[in-house]
Amino acid sequence: MSRSAASATRVVTANWDDPNVFGIDGYTAAGGYEGLRAALGMTPADVIDAVKTSGLRGRGGAGFPTGVKWSFVPQDTGKPTYVVANFDESEPGTFNNREIVEREPHRFLEGMAIAAYAVQSHLAFVYCRGEFLWPGEILEAAVRDAYGKGVFGDSVLGSGYALEVVIHRGAGAYICGEETALLSSLEGFRGQPRLRPPFPAVEGLYASPTLINNVETLANVPSILTEGPEWFAAIGTEKSPGTKVFSVSGKVERPGNYEAPMGTTLRTLLDEHAGGVLAGRRLKAWTPGGSSTQMLTEEHLDVPLDFESVAAAGSLLGTGAIIVMDETDCIVEATRRLVQFYAHESCGKCTPCREGTWWVSRVLARIQQGYGRSEDLPLLDELGENILFKAFCALADGAVSPIQSSLKYFRDEYETHIAERRCPFTGQGPGRGPGLEAEAGLREVLT
Amino acid sequence: MPVLSDDRRRVAETILARYPAGRERSAVLPLLYLVQSVEGRLTQDGLREVGELLGITTAEVEAVASFYTMLRLRPTGTHVVSVCTNLSCALRGAGDVFEAAHAAAEIEQGEETSADGMVTVHEEECLGACDAAPVVQVDFANHDRVTAQRMVELVEALRSGRVPEPSRGRAPKDFRDASRILAGVEERA
Repeated sequence: MSRSAASATRVVTANWDDPNVFGIDGYTAAGGYEGLRAALGMTPADVIDAVKTSGLRGRGGAGFPTGVKWSFVPQDTGKPTYVVANFDESEPGTFNNREIVEREPHRFLEGMAIAAYAVQSHLAFVYCRGEFLWPGEILEAAVRDAYGKGVFGDSVLGSGYALEVVIHRGAGAYICGEETALLSSLEGFRGQPRLRPPFPAVEGLYASPTLINNVETLANVPSILTEGPEWFAAIGTEKSPGTKVFSVSGKVERPGNYEAPMGTTLRTLLDEHAGGVLAGRRLKAWTPGGSSTQMLTEEHLDVPLDFESVAAAGSLLGTGAIIVMDETDCIVEATRRLVQFYAHESCGKCTPCREGTWWVSRVLARIQQGYGRSEDLPLLDELGENILFKAFCALADGAVSPIQSSLKYFRDEYETHIAERRCPFTGQGPGRGPGLEAEAGLREVLT
Repeated sequence: MPVLSDDRRRVAETILARYPAGRERSAVLPLLYLVQSVEGRLTQDGLREVGELLGITTAEVEAVASFYTMLRLRPTGTHVVSVCTNLSCALRGAGDVFEAAHAAAEIEQGEETSADGMVTVHEEECLGACDAAPVVQVDFANHDRVTAQRMVELVEALRSGRVPEPSRGRAPKDFRDASRILAGVEERA
């Protein structure tokens, strides 16, 4: 964790060139667990202040100041305090938490231990996405090694502070990434969200004070302790300090996770990291923060990717998951596929989300296949309005993002599908020529 | 004959012990995985035994189990092949991969498991590995950048009793073995 030029722009992935940091000995040799050691020499309140001063904000999507979140956990309730690390990474296009764990699991575990000490918790859960079979095994082995080295257990690094860690695997439900749904799931119920307030900080797991943080958020914490909060705050932008591990996928030459300072533009990520748009084609649309954030276009290539600037451009930084679509991709089909995801993952609690996402995916399917009607676009506008902010949690709002943003930027493409009665990209649909009678059966299904 | 043998019941005790006293219901997912590792799916008998371990009704257990896609209440093949078709993978040709999986497994329209019972093909949502799109999991072990041709090879290997090497990590022997790992049971069965 030296202050080399490279580490100035790489915090979470600073050691990724060194394969030895996968194991606890290599991680320790590279300076690992020194942040935890430093924290244990401070008062919990001073640790929280350091994280506050760093300006670190949650990397799971919402961007809430991490130190402030820690300070919300009360210390006088007489109940146990819990820490839950959210490793239920499932926002489409997002894969940085997985690679953090696959490359350097102890960095994340160290950050979690520091958080636990700061809020004086003695039991931390890692909620590991079920489909992450191998990353879960990595964590189980890393936790065993950490116990073996005295990092976890009755006396963390000999300090007298006790911390137990339990890996808990999910079972395939996107909604469990939502923190209150995650708590329902961890308590042994269906993963449905709960009303806030009370917030989890006050009444979370087992109705006790609970701190929930994302894996990338926690992986930043050790460096804040070793390098200092001012060092961290100097990276990125004033209001969005630090870096972001951007997950770049879709139509780029080199998909992957690329850590860059907050405020880096897509143009820079494409030019310097991801190798540009696939096959030299033209950028058409992209998500800045996963499928739940409003799509942007070529005109937004120079928007600084930080919380404020992306919001000002009409979208959200979200998880920093950039899905790139090029000029050969059908926006109606891309939107249909994303809305199908929300229809599948809706927990069913709220009618606007459960029914609305299903109906929207049907309408999008018929437009994409050339059976759209002129009244379908106002219908999609109306359905979007009737889902947005009408449901219990943000899953429904996330579903509306691709609907509204694709209609905003690519309405002409929808109109072409309807006017020509075919997809202009695949050529498929009744408008492609003769054979209308043969399509009658499909038409029945779709209308 | 109970679903959980005496040996498995001792494992169940260690699973229950992970959670604070009085909070044993938290163990419902790992216990369901444990039952699934024995049955290869979940049956009413298995659900009832989990309910008995937790002191809740079979209906309450089923209400939980039916919420999660990795817990299977339907007949399930020896191996489960999950093909991500979400946007990042779709942009890289996942549609063809999914169709190739169905064709290679000779799964009939509207079905999800091959007639020989060897392979269940499941259309999966984003698997969090979009850098390696299109992504396929065989019993939850990742296979990166799978082409339609590679998909056919994977399914044919599974149907002839061979488990292909995943891109990272180790391959479970089958869906039951994957369920055992998910239950957090350390020793290999």
